[in-house]
Amino acid sequence: MTTVTPDLDRLFRDAAARERLLDVAYDFVDSPVGTLLVAATERGVCRISYDADPERELDQLARAFGVRVLRSPAPVEPARRELDEYFGGRRRDFDLNVDVRLLGDFNRRVLRELARVPYGEVVTYGELATRAARPRAARAVGMVMNRNPLPIVLPCHRVVGANGKLVGYAGGLDRKEALLRLEGAIL
Amino acid sequence: MVELPPFERFYEQHRDEVYGFLVRRLGRDRADDAFQETFLRALRAYPKLRHADHLRAWAFTIAGRIVIDEHRRTHATVELPELPAEDGRPAFAELEHLAEDLPPTERAAVILRYGYDLDYADIGAALGSNASAARQAASAGVRRLRKKELT
Repeated sequence: MTTVTPDLDRLFRDAAARERLLDVAYDFVDSPVGTLLVAATERGVCRISYDADPERELDQLARAFGVRVLRSPAPVEPARRELDEYFGGRRRDFDLNVDVRLLGDFNRRVLRELARVPYGEVVTYGELATRAARPRAARAVGMVMNRNPLPIVLPCHRVVGANGKLVGYAGGLDRKEALLRLEGAIL
Repeated sequence: MVELPPFERFYEQHRDEVYGFLVRRLGRDRADDAFQETFLRALRAYPKLRHADHLRAWAFTIAGRIVIDEHRRTHATVELPELPAEDGRPAFAELEHLAEDLPPTERAAVILRYGYDLDYADIGAALGSNASAARQAASAGVRRLRKKELT
């Protein structure tokens, strides 16, 4: 059977993105904390997943953003570059556009505050709740962190328990520790 | 109603078969461009498909149309390639049989309209023309079919 060559496959994937026919482009990005599935819309990065099950992930992306979901490296390139720089210790802040339009107001407000927590520093769930003008909503803030669609770029790994313990991380505590160690927040 | 799969899955499932078809019809050199064009047209029309049945045949219909355009461009004989057979008897299978004597554009428009339930804008996009041309082709095809029935 005739099969499509990798070159031709790549040409089509590039053309689809260039002609702006995609609702979501995604690709896989290698990192020290495992392979990440990174997805982007025209507005910006919309999903970063650890341990992605691509089948499930594609269905979710299609339902959320539209059925024209295609693996296409070019639109994900800025995110790949900044993540590489971050993991290489050459970048402290991300300059990526993000697409969080599907999240609720509260989630967006909390994530906006989260994005302001500087590299190498940590904040407690309660403190982040206070900054988002909901001082008693520490638990709700924990839920927002747990469902953060853009881990690493929106640094939920910098949020810790009241006692300074790492507590929880959707990607697993080992990764949270690895990211904080990379940033020099723990030794 | 079946939910449309993410385009990636549609593409992965059908790319090799469609490419093989284009290579057989056009030769390897011209198949590469036709392949990209097929799936770019499919991407344009994809979100407006009303059901996920017969996606394979739909992909072949688009590829077949591109083969016709290519042959026309190079002054070769115009002929709509055979659609591969599918299990069951989807609407397009009966139509295909009925419509087999129609000129290629009319035939493709009739099949896409009544077999796949695409609207004229999408048929136009899939055929590389526009909505009103697609509507004209489909109604000319239906008229021709009626006439044939009477004789």
